[in-house]
Amino acid sequence: MLTKRIIACLDVDAGRVVKGTRFVNLRDAGDPAELAAAHAAGGADEIVLLDITATHERRGTLLETVRRTARELFIPFTVGGGIGSLDEACAVFDAGADKIAINSAAVRTPELITRIAARFGSQAVVLAIDAKSNGDGSHQVYVSGGRIPVNRTAVEWAREAEGRGAGEILLTSMDRDGTGAGFDCALTAAIERAVSIPVIASGGAGCVAHFVEVFREGRADAALAASIFHFGLHDIRELKQELQAASIPVRFPC
Amino acid sequence: MITIIDYKAGNLASVQKAFTYLGCVTEITRDPEVVARASKLVLPGVGNFSATSVLAESGVRGAVEQAIARGVPFLGICVGMQWLFEGSEEAPDTSGLACFSGACARFPSTVKAPHVGWNTVRHNADSRLLRGAEPEFFVYYTHSYRAPAGDGAVGCTNYGGEFAAVVERDNVFGVQFHPEKSGAAGLRLLGNFLQC
Repeated sequence: MLTKRIIACLDVDAGRVVKGTRFVNLRDAGDPAELAAAHAAGGADEIVLLDITATHERRGTLLETVRRTARELFIPFTVGGGIGSLDEACAVFDAGADKIAINSAAVRTPELITRIAARFGSQAVVLAIDAKSNGDGSHQVYVSGGRIPVNRTAVEWAREAEGRGAGEILLTSMDRDGTGAGFDCALTAAIERAVSIPVIASGGAGCVAHFVEVFREGRADAALAASIFHFGLHDIRELKQELQAASIPVRFPC
Repeated sequence: MITIIDYKAGNLASVQKAFTYLGCVTEITRDPEVVARASKLVLPGVGNFSATSVLAESGVRGAVEQAIARGVPFLGICVGMQWLFEGSEEAPDTSGLACFSGACARFPSTVKAPHVGWNTVRHNADSRLLRGAEPEFFVYYTHSYRAPAGDGAVGCTNYGGEFAAVVERDNVFGVQFHPEKSGAAGLRLLGNFLQC
């Protein structure tokens, strides 16, 4: 049976893993290559590395960090943050990424999704959406690391991106990010119903029950978390064991 | 020495990295002459089945056929495995190598496609590639088309019905999943291929 994926996310700033709350107040959490290896050994199904400062400082992605992290990582590895062109995507793939996540650049130039998919396949293109509730059941899309709102709702943008060739949606709830208050299940389910590609839920993981909720009510194909794993608040193996006990199909033993 | 065939449609770096990790020397080539005299061949691949038409045009296909005929171990990964069948619904004008009978088809509309994530392979056949593997083990998939669970299948996965996860006959091997992305289970399989 196809299992629900548990994805460990490394938010990277200047070559170090950091974690904040609602996209601000960053704390140091370690070396990306070491953390990726530790999470893989600990049972993570996939690693996502996001260069969170790339877009606004226009630094491009940290290719050396990607290379170092990819070297001995034998599970899927996604890299995002500041990828603005096909050439930049090529460089990230060359450095060892299996998939790239694009966000702001895709909103600015939606054709970029198609261009990267045509070259590397849809399976290699993850559309990252940062969304915030409008208070009326709809969610607004934000770009540039959650700084700038754009005139699109998350559902319509997800649908369009699928049509343009995105292979997965990485959906972050800005309202929940870093709070530990639980994933936004309503938002996740709305996106999952709107598209037929896998949806990765992100933002808000605080305990095992939150993962159970997002897989059941949120209909997520995968769930991503960062701080809950980095600071040892939760062992991924233990999390999976508990998910299995709750009848959620997971890769366990792993 | 492992010769990895480059046809501009694959995650060559990942596959190469895995063999390097296993202590193996690798080379990447598009040259039919290099392919013809290789001692072990790997054809990775993601993307569209039509991309394999480059292999016929460049003469690599003929070189692969020669190598296989003289007993060189060959491993096809993902689209590289599908190429070992007669063809694929994805690109009806492109023919495969037909080492295994049947054609690849898209997943039924009852399940999400692409099939992305970790799923189980079940096997009970005698297989050199799966030596030491648990009767049921997890591997990482990402694909929209699959080969029939028939001719040559030594391991199968269920997603919208059974399909071939691993095929094997004599010196020809294929895996639909990505062993280079399947953690310890994948590395063991690649290690087994090195022993073939």
